[in-house]
Amino acid sequence: MSCQDKFHILEIRDLSITFRQYSRFMKREELPVIAKLNVTVHEGEIVAVVGASGSGKSLLAHGIMGLLPSNARMEGELLFMEEPLTLERVRKIRGKEIAFVPQGVTYLDPLMKVGAQVRERRSGPEGRARQEALFSAYGLPAETAEKYPFECSGGMSRRILLSTALMENPRLIVADEPTPGMDLEQAKKAMEDFRRFADEGNGVLLITHDVPMALSVADRIAVFYAGTTVEEAPAGDFADESLLRHPYTRALWRAMPQNGFQTIPGTQPYVKNMPEGCVFGPRCPEFTEACRGEIPLRTIRCGTVRCIRC
Amino acid sequence: MRNNERKKAVFLFLGAVLFLTAVTAAGIFCRQEALVTDFSRRNLAPCPEYWFGTDWMGRDMLARTLAGLSMSIRIGLFTAGISACIALVLGVTAAVMGKMADRVISFLIDTIMGIPHLLLLILVSYALGKGFRGVAVGVALTHWPSLTRVIRGEVLQLKNSEFYQISRKLGWGRGRAALRHMLPHILPQFMVGLILLFPHAILHESSITFLGFGLSSQQPAIGVILSESMRYLITGQWWLALFPGLMLVVTVLLFDAAGNSLRKLLDPASAHE
Amino acid sequence: MVFITKKAVRMAALLVMVSLVTFALISASPIDPLQANAGQALGSMSQEQREKLESYWGVGEPPARRYVNWAKDVLQGDMGTSLLYRQPVTEVIGTKLFNSLFLLVISWIVSGILGVVLGIAAAVFRERWPDRLIRGYALLTASTPAFWLALLLLLVFSVWLKLFPVGLSVPIGVEAAQVTFADRLRHAFLPALTLSITGISSIALHTREKMIDCLESDYVLFARARGEGTWEVVRRHGLRNILIPAVTLQFASVSEIIGGSVVVEQVFSYPGLGQAAVTAGTGSDVPLLMGITMITALVVFAGNFLADIFYGLIDPRIRRGGAAIEE
Repeated sequence: MSCQDKFHILEIRDLSITFRQYSRFMKREELPVIAKLNVTVHEGEIVAVVGASGSGKSLLAHGIMGLLPSNARMEGELLFMEEPLTLERVRKIRGKEIAFVPQGVTYLDPLMKVGAQVRERRSGPEGRARQEALFSAYGLPAETAEKYPFECSGGMSRRILLSTALMENPRLIVADEPTPGMDLEQAKKAMEDFRRFADEGNGVLLITHDVPMALSVADRIAVFYAGTTVEEAPAGDFADESLLRHPYTRALWRAMPQNGFQTIPGTQPYVKNMPEGCVFGPRCPEFTEACRGEIPLRTIRCGTVRCIRC
Repeated sequence: MRNNERKKAVFLFLGAVLFLTAVTAAGIFCRQEALVTDFSRRNLAPCPEYWFGTDWMGRDMLARTLAGLSMSIRIGLFTAGISACIALVLGVTAAVMGKMADRVISFLIDTIMGIPHLLLLILVSYALGKGFRGVAVGVALTHWPSLTRVIRGEVLQLKNSEFYQISRKLGWGRGRAALRHMLPHILPQFMVGLILLFPHAILHESSITFLGFGLSSQQPAIGVILSESMRYLITGQWWLALFPGLMLVVTVLLFDAAGNSLRKLLDPASAHE
Repeated sequence: MVFITKKAVRMAALLVMVSLVTFALISASPIDPLQANAGQALGSMSQEQREKLESYWGVGEPPARRYVNWAKDVLQGDMGTSLLYRQPVTEVIGTKLFNSLFLLVISWIVSGILGVVLGIAAAVFRERWPDRLIRGYALLTASTPAFWLALLLLLVFSVWLKLFPVGLSVPIGVEAAQVTFADRLRHAFLPALTLSITGISSIALHTREKMIDCLESDYVLFARARGEGTWEVVRRHGLRNILIPAVTLQFASVSEIIGGSVVVEQVFSYPGLGQAAVTAGTGSDVPLLMGITMITALVVFAGNFLADIFYGLIDPRIRRGGAAIEE
């Protein structure tokens, strides 16, 4: 919980995503990729989920959109506009009330011109006008619409994907690493657009590994580590290390260029050998025996944290 | 659940092999029986005594079918084995012996694939003066192209692997490096490919025999039996065509099942299908 | 275009290679075609025709010399005289090919369309009963010899239901022009049905794989995220991405359908190229066998050639000068 009692656009409570996998000789395994994850996006807010690359953040986006593969199981509670977001409901509203901005060019049909892909169902003149306006807003030449994805650069593809989000009038945008490949100017422009969109009373869930970028645009930061959110804090708390709650968040803070580039030893645990209790335990400088037990979610100064030591 | 599937694959493989062995063996024992003519039991429809009925010369169709299948299976084993060996040699050569060899072999494959298979079999059969030899050699010499491509692709992948590169740097010859490091990796693929060649070989052998090339009409080959049955369809002896053909289909299906279950067992990753 | 020229040159080289292989095989035969057909055929031929055959297939001259003789004439459009039909090979092939094409084109199109439709259905209903049914069908037909299926259809439709004529469709000797179109269709129905049933298997399985790849792709995930339902995904993205590989495969599978037609025509006594090939083979009609092999190889290579061209024309990644896609 945070200190605001604004309208909840998206609320995720204790979300877990487990994959069923078959290893050699067909032994069945359950891989908990995401466990007990909590994030809330309020009206007018950009919330950034930050974490290292390849830590399963994209699955969070796919889970929200109801697009997990059939061998994945999702548990926990999802609320959109303060009502349960069931699979049935998300199928009806995705693309309309919830927009998804995926990562890269592979998310575009290689054999379809990008203009038609952006317009999706809005094939009439009004849709074309909207697509053209979006393209020019993102600095894409008008003839881009007639190109195929393989003819577009990485930065162009990302801007094309961004423009798909605003073809309809969503209340929530879930963006998965939208900026890499864009130059600074374009990235800033994209973030400004997210800001304006949020300020109109909507929500943005920004999934990224880029902490400075997240801090520059987001209202609140959810720190993702080993499949869970260890801390959810107002972006302002990152101004000073002492305002941060979780030891991992503080480590992340110290790793930022302006704060000395210090990194901590070790790597994130692999899903197959998760530590007992606190996921950060093995790398934590403040580790105690008690960290091996159940770690409850606590609220401290308008933010939440999963740590018993702070 | 998946453990069950593994068991199922083992069971299917063993079952198929057992059945095919049994048919092959039974066919050899039925050889004499298949040739016995008895005009007191002509044109009998299937009955408890003659499961598959009898033909216009009073021959027991069950015995003839088994003998024919047995011969088809043995020809299939022999020809598929030769074709698979050709494929192994050509596939490895194409992948390892440089661009020129690769081009030549690829050209050869395209040439062979350019002539419809049955036509090619007719040509080879003609070249060898028709008869049994023509069919066997024809089937043996024409089934390698697809497996050659598979093996070539497989070897090309292995070629880029570390251990091959290292052994080449250590001064090993191409041939030695290929033999020592690639063969063990290709062998499972090769076995599966070999088993999956049987159905093709058997189908083509029966087709070319059916067309009147190769095995003489005295021999109880499946193709001959079915070809003869054609004349008796109109007079109502449907069993002459139905049962031998059905047995042929079952045989082919079983070979296919054996090959695919072996692949599943050797390569669990592909078994997700 | 360089691409097309290169392919055309390769096709020509392959044709020459096929002619060499075929000629070598025929020359290697212990059967002397002129001796084998000495009685009926040669007697009725003109001196000139006989000399020509002698120069192709006679025992006196070395094989290389005979090949050159044959090739020279072929380049001038003369493939010699058929020993069995006692007509120029080109004429025999002309009528037979026309009959066969009718059959082949129908079953080629029917099996292609049905195969794609079934493949898509199997992929969409993956691991559920329609998929199992379609895969079972594909496996069963792939394991069924075409000639036996032809026998079964003959048994059911002609002998039991008496819907179609048994055997001999067009009486030998009747000119093609005298046969009405309805007649033609009636006689072609069962052979075409046989070829269609067996032809579906590979295209259906191939389409299924491609469609599954497509349905698991990132772009389909994104399309779903934008609210597309399953059938919308299939229509907007599936067909687009399936069609190129499917059509390519169908062009490339011309060889199989011709191979199938050889046995099927035999069962239904359909007077096509396949039946002529069998007759030529059993009757040692070497000029005809040689001619048929060349013509079918030409058709097969033309199919492959068209597949390549089609790929280049349709796929924007090649058409718009992107990186050439490796096979």
